[in-house]
Amino acid sequence: MLWNTLLLALKEIRRNLTRSFLTVLGILIGVAAVITMVTLGNGATQAVSTQISSLGSNLLMVRPGQRLGGGRDTAGAAAFRLADAIAIENQISHLGSVAPVVSRTVTVVHLASNWSTSVVGSSNAYFSAGNWKLAAGRTFSEAEQQTGKAVCLLGETTRSKLFGGQSPIGSAIRIKQFACEVIGLLKAKGQSSMGRDQDDTIIMPLRTVQRRLAGNQDVGMLLVSVQDGASTIRAKQQIESLMRERRRIAASEENDFNVLDTREIADMLSSTTRLLTMLLGAVAAVSLLVGGVGIMNIMLVSVTERTREIGIRLAVGALEREVLLQFLIEAVVLSSIGGLLGVLLATVSSIVLADLMQVPYMFGIQINLVAFLFSAAIGVIFGYFPARRAARLDPIEALRHE
Amino acid sequence: MSPAADAGQSDHPLIELIGVTRTYGQGTVAMQALRGVDLVVLEGEFVAIMGPSGSGKSTAMNILGCLDVPTTGSYRFRGIAVEKLSRNQRALLRRHYLGFVFQGYNLLGRTSALENVELPLLYRGEPPAARHAAAREALAAVGLTEWERHSPAELSGGQQQRAAIARAIVTHPAVLLADEPTGNLDTQRSREIMDLIVALNRDRGITVLMVTHEPDMAAYARRIVRFVDGRVESDIRNPEPA
Repeated sequence: MLWNTLLLALKEIRRNLTRSFLTVLGILIGVAAVITMVTLGNGATQAVSTQISSLGSNLLMVRPGQRLGGGRDTAGAAAFRLADAIAIENQISHLGSVAPVVSRTVTVVHLASNWSTSVVGSSNAYFSAGNWKLAAGRTFSEAEQQTGKAVCLLGETTRSKLFGGQSPIGSAIRIKQFACEVIGLLKAKGQSSMGRDQDDTIIMPLRTVQRRLAGNQDVGMLLVSVQDGASTIRAKQQIESLMRERRRIAASEENDFNVLDTREIADMLSSTTRLLTMLLGAVAAVSLLVGGVGIMNIMLVSVTERTREIGIRLAVGALEREVLLQFLIEAVVLSSIGGLLGVLLATVSSIVLADLMQVPYMFGIQINLVAFLFSAAIGVIFGYFPARRAARLDPIEALRHE
Repeated sequence: MSPAADAGQSDHPLIELIGVTRTYGQGTVAMQALRGVDLVVLEGEFVAIMGPSGSGKSTAMNILGCLDVPTTGSYRFRGIAVEKLSRNQRALLRRHYLGFVFQGYNLLGRTSALENVELPLLYRGEPPAARHAAAREALAAVGLTEWERHSPAELSGGQQQRAAIARAIVTHPAVLLADEPTGNLDTQRSREIMDLIVALNRDRGITVLMVTHEPDMAAYARRIVRFVDGRVESDIRNPEPA
């Protein structure tokens, strides 16, 4: 009986192919939208965590001020000094490298080209902590760091803005009133998770920036990398207690600096993208629901159109539940076909859009399954009302229906 | 007097209508279609039900076909009080004991003659092989063997009514209820259909209840019941069925 009813439903769907397709379209689009949104969202989440790990794994950022994140609100908290970096390096074990960082935004000039970019003053430790690789040239010599010589390494974006297709090694660029020799070129890293171009940068020795650009001995941030396998939490606690000691913070007072773990940033950002994914998925689910209403509409029309047929079935002895089942199965078959086509469309559109948005395509068996089952469930829910109407028809009236 | 004395018929009452009334609507707009009908039909009878339109013959037919129930009074089918049965129980009664033939054939469109005839068996849960065999046999009985693959639109009126009769008899019902079976057919086709129904009654012992307003068609029956104003006006035996 069930098998026959299924065949009957398929036959009925084929009998009215155009209408069936239009009915299915709502479900198709709904399912495809849900799956595409969630798949792209998952891809974006994945992309964020990949980019954050490109910042350098096990990285701690120590900044003055209490605010978390990128705010410049140091609220009177004193800046760090080079000595703080040296103290961390000497007194805390299991650390990879400790890089003091100070940065300024300046305009740099080479021949007729000029470009406004961020100049970072640091030590060679900056390259290992930040996961930077050399594309050409060399890093700073010990003497250059000690004396604060005017040498620099360029990020790929800065190089292309100033030098076009040429190699910059050995050339001089002008920053404010001084000339600076380009000794190295960094390999491109691409956009950061915040959307900032990481390659739009110039790196100089810390002392050079302090003397020639900042005019003071301040260090804006300490980048600390923790050795592989060592605990970042322990390192974070040790840095905090050392800094409290060095900055003479009383036990009752709160820190006037903060230590941020890249993993924390990663968690923060991916929880944000996850939330957005859920939101988009929910919006798409509404369209799926609208598709269900479309199915109900068509099924109601179909019941009216086939009143006579229902009358014949009832006359030859069909039970109420058999007629109900027939129309219910028809609705479920319709919505399942929509769901199946939606899964196919979602696969195609996810691959294309993931490529356009430059996020990885991640096939999620779970969301595909859930969306498909949801579409079938919608067939049951929205098919039930028309099916019940069909089952409850009076056979005499139904047979008389024109 | 009762036609029960006729040879070849059993004394067992298949159908009993006892003081049956049927009222549509309520209060001042109430319309009494049947005003107290008593009728006994024995197994194997061929009864024609006649009467002008509005006489209640169609209402009676609906009740006899278990599609409707009396407002008051009782309808006993093989001793079972049909008015006490649920909708589904009446559907099962139709499924197992009744076959319907309508004036407008009422075949499923875009569905082959074979599948149309198989329909009642489908609801009986017969396996496909048994369904096909029984449906082919019924089609052979009405002379449509070569037309089993054709849909109603590809069949003539007479052929469609034959297919409908095949559908009605495929379950070997106790009663065949025919509502103006020749109403849409010309004289020649009408005669053929009537001959078929007479043969089914005679050879298979199927009880036939047929509504008609044509005396020519009623003449095929062995008993003619005439309805007027919701009552049985006359109930006569036809000594020489056509």
